[in-house]
Amino acid sequence: MYLSLACMSPCLAESLFEKGEMDLLKQQWLLPELSYRERHQQLVALGKKLFFDSNLSIDSSTSCATCHDPKYAWSDGQAKAIGLRNKTLKRATPSIINTAYSLTFMWDGRSPSLEHQALLPIFNPDEMGLNADLLVKRIEQNPDYAKLFDAAFDNDAITINKVGLAIAEFERTITARNTRFDRWLKGDSEAMTVTEREGFKIFLDGQKSGCINCHNPPNFTDHGFHNVGVATLEGQSADLGRFNQTPLNIMKGAFKTPSLRGAPLTAPYFHDGSANTLEEVVDHYQDGIIAKDNLSPSLINIALSKEDKSKLVSFLKTLQ
Amino acid sequence: MKIAAIVFLLSIIVCSNAYSSEHEVGQKNKAFSQKTLKVKVGDTVHFTNQDPFFHNVYSMSETTAFDLGSYAKGNSKSVKFEKQGEVVVQCAIHPFMKMKIKVE
Repeated sequence: MYLSLACMSPCLAESLFEKGEMDLLKQQWLLPELSYRERHQQLVALGKKLFFDSNLSIDSSTSCATCHDPKYAWSDGQAKAIGLRNKTLKRATPSIINTAYSLTFMWDGRSPSLEHQALLPIFNPDEMGLNADLLVKRIEQNPDYAKLFDAAFDNDAITINKVGLAIAEFERTITARNTRFDRWLKGDSEAMTVTEREGFKIFLDGQKSGCINCHNPPNFTDHGFHNVGVATLEGQSADLGRFNQTPLNIMKGAFKTPSLRGAPLTAPYFHDGSANTLEEVVDHYQDGIIAKDNLSPSLINIALSKEDKSKLVSFLKTLQ
Repeated sequence: MKIAAIVFLLSIIVCSNAYSSEHEVGQKNKAFSQKTLKVKVGDTVHFTNQDPFFHNVYSMSETTAFDLGSYAKGNSKSVKFEKQGEVVVQCAIHPFMKMKIKVE
């Protein structure tokens, strides 16, 4: 009974609709293939324009790219970021290289997503100084945007959520995935010298250098927060970092573990830009720790020889 | 009379202990071994670090707030849940590590 019914249905369909009609119906009713790639590219194109648009700041002086400048490996080369009216801000600009792999955003992790983070500097009175209404108005004033928003969202309405989505999507294209270290991992034995490989061994030794304790694979970060003793926490101007989000003593002066891919290009280092070179970073961990309270438990006492330090830094320099 | 009262109190304590349970929650690969856990008032949860690096388990929930401090692989710290309610547990070092304990 079931068998005969099953046989009947295609026959019934053929008798009710002629071949030409069926072809038309297929054209009209079958769902097209989804093209995420195309949609992604349109979103990236919009995000890129927004990222480089200095009209998204109150005095039209500053874009996202003013601090995240591709010429400086998507950072700014400054110890501390410079905001509106040349105000020196309290932290260094982190590079956005490989932020696509991040789980926490901002030095203190106060932002839960890249989409959310992308809007924070725009609304910060010291950085770009707009509010939501002004942001939408500035974008509406530029006729180029209507087409870009329409292409990216099938709708030219401008909202701050769409701005965040587009900028984040653009930022996710800024990656370092083919460093000399990566090429060596993939089998190019000449991509790293013997000294650099020895430096990698030192890097991996949690008791000798301790680097691996926080700079975990695959992106050289544990996505965590640590006080690595860069600055004292005394006085009203002390930067308590993650403690402002998680008020536990262990978080006083703790900041996000940055990825190291791309690091050879992103000096100066640490949240306060206090190390000018990778050599200075290693020196800090060996004998430069200033603050002794609430230090990360992952820090160890290290005593690297001059030769080992040099090998370690050689390895770090392969990460570009 | 006094002795009878003491025996009565002791029996309550013994009985209540007999009904409380122990639970194990590991921290491995930067995640809690359970996303959610149901326990009863009086139950104890042991948080054991199975990762080769430190974790710092804590909660700021209204019903049960605690900070177990940072501890290394192989170490375990415990919390007894005395009040009903939902308790969000996180790692301070790795804040994306999050779980909920429902205390009934």
